[in-house]
Amino acid sequence: MTQTATAARRPPAQMLRTAGIAVAVIAVIVWRLTTLVVTPTVIVQAVLTGLMAGAVYGLVAMGLTLIFGVLEIVNFAHGALLTLGMYLGFLLVDRLGLNPYATLIVVVPALFLVGAALQAGVLNRAMGQPLENQLLLTFGVAILIENGLLLTFGATPRTVGVTFGAPLRVFGAVASFPRIIAFVAALILAALLYWALQRTKLGTAIRAVGQNAQGASLVGIDARRIYVLTFAVGASTVGAAAVLVLPFLQTEPTTGAAFTIIAFIVVVLGGLGNVTGALVGGLAIGLIQQLGGVLLPGQDSLMAVFVVFLLTLFLRPEGIFGGRAT
Amino acid sequence: MTRTVGVDDPQDVPVGGGSRLSGLTATLLRSRTELAILLGMVVVLALMPAVVSGQLLTIAVRVLLFGLLGVAWNVMGGFAGQFSFGHAAFFGLGAYTTGVLLVEVGLSPWIGMAVGAVVAAIYGALEGWLSFRYKLQGAYFALATFAFAEMLRLFVLRSDALNGAVGYRVPLLPESSWWMLQFPPDSPNYYFVMLGLLTLALVVVILLVRSTPGLFILAIRENEPAAEAAGVSATKYKVTAVALSAAMTAVGGSFYLMFFFFIDPEIAFGPRLSVEILLPAIIGGVGTIWGPAIGAVLLIGLGELSTMLVRNPPAFLSFLDGRSGVDLLIFALLLIGIILFLPRGVYGTFANRVQR
Repeated sequence: MTQTATAARRPPAQMLRTAGIAVAVIAVIVWRLTTLVVTPTVIVQAVLTGLMAGAVYGLVAMGLTLIFGVLEIVNFAHGALLTLGMYLGFLLVDRLGLNPYATLIVVVPALFLVGAALQAGVLNRAMGQPLENQLLLTFGVAILIENGLLLTFGATPRTVGVTFGAPLRVFGAVASFPRIIAFVAALILAALLYWALQRTKLGTAIRAVGQNAQGASLVGIDARRIYVLTFAVGASTVGAAAVLVLPFLQTEPTTGAAFTIIAFIVVVLGGLGNVTGALVGGLAIGLIQQLGGVLLPGQDSLMAVFVVFLLTLFLRPEGIFGGRAT
Repeated sequence: MTRTVGVDDPQDVPVGGGSRLSGLTATLLRSRTELAILLGMVVVLALMPAVVSGQLLTIAVRVLLFGLLGVAWNVMGGFAGQFSFGHAAFFGLGAYTTGVLLVEVGLSPWIGMAVGAVVAAIYGALEGWLSFRYKLQGAYFALATFAFAEMLRLFVLRSDALNGAVGYRVPLLPESSWWMLQFPPDSPNYYFVMLGLLTLALVVVILLVRSTPGLFILAIRENEPAAEAAGVSATKYKVTAVALSAAMTAVGGSFYLMFFFFIDPEIAFGPRLSVEILLPAIIGGVGTIWGPAIGAVLLIGLGELSTMLVRNPPAFLSFLDGRSGVDLLIFALLLIGIILFLPRGVYGTFANRVQR
C-alpha cells in the first residue's frame, strides 16, 4: 500500500534507472548461468541452502531493524546478544535436559530483561550523542559479553546433542530438519512482530517514537520508556533466534559476532524498522551469498553480499523493499 | 552544535578575509602557538630513549603509531565530520603497497610509504566521492566505509598474486640500514622514525586547521547547506579531507609492516583494526588537535595495564590468574566508562572546561 504510493511519487527517470539496473543484474546472472557448467541440483541446493541461511539472517536482523530504525543506535552488541542467548539455551539443555525448543520460554524473557537493562542503564545516557559514541558503547558491551562468556565457558565450542530424523530431500537437494524449523519460525515471528507493531498500543507507540520522538513526547508518550521497551523487544527477538539456531550452530563466544555485520546489511536492504523487510532482506542475502559462490567461483561468498550492499546504499538507500514501515 | 569544535580557541582565527596576509604566511602566523607547543613536546619526547629502553620503548612506539593513526582518522572523522568505520582499508593499502614493493621488487620502504600514501589517497578519494555523490550520511556512511574495507580484505584474502591469507614477511637484513628502515630489535631508531612521522602528521593537521581550506572543511561539517550557499564546494573539500586522512593512515600501515615485520589480510584490513584506529580519537577527543595523540597514550596505556594486571594479578584479583579474556573485559569496562562519563573524550572535555 505504502509501496505503491512511493512508486507513484517517484520520478519516472529514477524508476527507469532502477528497472534498468535490475534488468542488467538479471541479464548478467542468466549469462553466467548459461556459460557455467552447473547441474540443476547444484543450483537447487544453492537456493535451498541460501533460503535456510537467509531465514537465520532474517531472524537475527528483525530485532536489529527495530533498534536501528527506532533508536537509531548502531548496535554492535547485537551478535553478542545472540551468543548470550545461545549459551543460556545451551545451559538449560545441558543441565536440565530440556528440549532445545522448550528453552524459548526462558531465553526470550531473559533477553528481554538484558535488553531493557542495557538500554535503561547504559544506552539511555547516550541518546542524542553523536553516532560514534553509541556505536562504541555497544561495541564495549559486545566485548564485555563475549569475554565474559569466554571467561565462564572457555573457548571450546559447545553443541546440544539432539538428533532429528533424516534430512529432507527437495528435488535432489538436502535440508536439515532444524533449519526448516528455523525457516518456518522466521516467517511466524515476522508476522507476529508485524502484527504487534501495527495493531497493539505498544507497537503504535514504538512506531510513533521511531518516526518522531519529539512529536511522540508531545502527545504524551514517554520516549525514554519506549526506547527501553524497543531495545528489550529487539533483544528478545534475538533470544528467539538464538534458541532456533542452537540445534545446528556451534555455541562459542564468537558465534554471534559473525552475524552482526550481515544483520546490518539485511536491515539496510529491508528498510529501517521494517520487520517483514528484514525477513525478505535476510532471504535475499542468503541467496546472494550462496548463488554468488556459484556465480563467482574463486571469490569469497561474502564479496557478492558487500557489492549488493553498496549498490543498495548508493541507488536505493531507503531499502529495496520500499521505505520505512514504522 | 553538540560536537567538539575543531579549533580549540576559535576567537583568534580571523574569519573570511579578515587577514591581509595571504597563503602560507598567514597560516603559519595563525598556528604559531600550536607549532610551538608541538616543538616543545617533540624535544621532550626525543629525549625519552635516553631514559627508557626495551619493552617500554616498544610500547612507546605503539603509542606513537596509534597516535598517528588517530590523528589521521580525526582529519576525516573529526574535522570533516565523516565518521569512518573502515580506515583499515587505507592502512592495509599502505602496508601492502610497501610489502609488495619491498618483497617483490626490492624497493626501499620509504618509496613504498610514499607510493602507498598516494594509492590510499586515490582509493580514499574514490570511496569518498562515491559516498558523497550518493549523499550517504551518518550510520549509512559508516557502514559503507566498513563495506569498502571488507571488500578489500576479502579480495586480498583470495588473491594468489598478493599471497592470499599468508601475507608478507619483511626479509631480514644482515646489518641495520636507514634506507631499508631496518634496525636491531632494541634500537631506538624505530622510536625516532615514528616520532618524526607523528610530528609531521601533527604539523600537517595544525596547518590544515588554520588554513583557509581547513576552515572550509570545518564550516561544511557545521552546516553544509550554509557553506554551499557561500560558494564552498562541499564535495571537493570533503573528498580532500578523506584523501589526506587516507594517505596519513597508509603511512602508519607502512611503518607497522617495517616495525612488526609481518602483515596478513586480517591484520591489515580487518574490522578490528578499523576500530583500533578510531578509538584514540574518540577517547582523546574528536575534532581536536591534541585529542587523538592523548587518546593513544591512554588507550595503549590502559591496554597494557589490564594485560599486566592479568599477568601478575594483585591479591584481590588472584582468582583471575591465567584466565583468558580478563584483560579485554577490563578494557571494555574502561571504554564504556570513558564514553559514558567523558562523552567528548578526555582532552575534549578538559579543553572545553578550560575555555569556559
